Amino acid sequence: MEVGVASMVPVIGLLTQPVSVAHYLVVGAILFVCGIVCMAMKRNALGVLMGIELVLNGANVNFVAFASPYLQGEGVRSLGLDGQVIALFVILLAAAEAAVALAITLSFYNNHATVDVDRADDLKG
Amino acid sequence: MMTGLAMLVDAMVAAPLPVAAINWHSFFFLVFAALACGFAVAVVAADNIVRMALYLVFSLGATAGLFFLAGAEFVGAMQLMIYVGGTLVLLVFGVMLTAQGPFVSLKGSGRDRVVAGVVGAVLLAVLLQAAFSVDAWRAPAQGVVADPSATPIGMALVGLRVDEPAAGSPSPNVRPGYLLPFEIVSVHLLVVLVGAAYLARAKRRKTPRAIEVAASSEPPASRAEHAAIGRDRSRGASVLTGGR
Repeated sequence: MEVGVASMVPVIGLLTQPVSVAHYLVVGAILFVCGIVCMAMKRNALGVLMGIELVLNGANVNFVAFASPYLQGEGVRSLGLDGQVIALFVILLAAAEAAVALAITLSFYNNHATVDVDRADDLKG
Repeated sequence: MMTGLAMLVDAMVAAPLPVAAINWHSFFFLVFAALACGFAVAVVAADNIVRMALYLVFSLGATAGLFFLAGAEFVGAMQLMIYVGGTLVLLVFGVMLTAQGPFVSLKGSGRDRVVAGVVGAVLLAVLLQAAFSVDAWRAPAQGVVADPSATPIGMALVGLRVDEPAAGSPSPNVRPGYLLPFEIVSVHLLVVLVGAAYLARAKRRKTPRAIEVAASSEPPASRAEHAAIGRDRSRGASVLTGGR
């Protein structure tokens, strides 16, 4: 039975065909899920922060993919400049959020001498 | 896994892929995508917080490569400069300031890991299904290469769109840009950084003696105590003025 190499091994098929928006969406989805799992699993407050960065980054990949005229198929209009500008805003807000979260973490560390989020239960009723 | 690898090797040996047939855009996309996803998984899998920060740097850098490949050069450059160069340095400083002994590797409980893994797998299945469900998103790229230029994005940020005219507009350049969001974001960033500096400021350290004196309502009992406090004050003043 003669089958094409491309159909037999998906990696080779990926190598010879142009990428589409869906490929970028897959990367964005993987980054997003990694971030969610990281946020849920880590006990270090800075680890949770890194999970948030990954989530925002996954969303950014999607924005850029939809904005790119290069990746769109025939007759599909891209998001154009809007997607790129939104991605820039997301990067800026991520920087601001990281600064505040780090300040809170340092303050918490100064007061409690730990960065374990499970120990941050002072507000528990 | 092993059989898949063996199949791949067999296929490569049986019918070697001609180099000319390789789509280099796809090739570099695969390289950067594998790096980004692999290091993202490594961030989740690592227990050591310092290693997590390192893997995150690599993952975000590879994502910047994906942005370049999608034709968003300015966003990719900003990703490298702000994310990798700024946010990650901030994060590494946080790690350095708090990575003491037991906090370098805090392990979650086994139950947490199982729940997070199940939730993540379900979410990934839903997202992948959604990514491949729209035909327009699966259409292969046309490869329309635009001029690499930061002018449209820069002009849009100051309020003018030069990339596309508004529908029915007499002049091609009259179209509202992003001046207001840009201003809001910049003021937001300023306020947030001032707030962060306020939150993380070094608290003035009180000596136990000063706390003790302040707490007691009656004045210090003996002259010797007065003299001690006075000496401390004069020493502090001399430090401030550079000493005698």
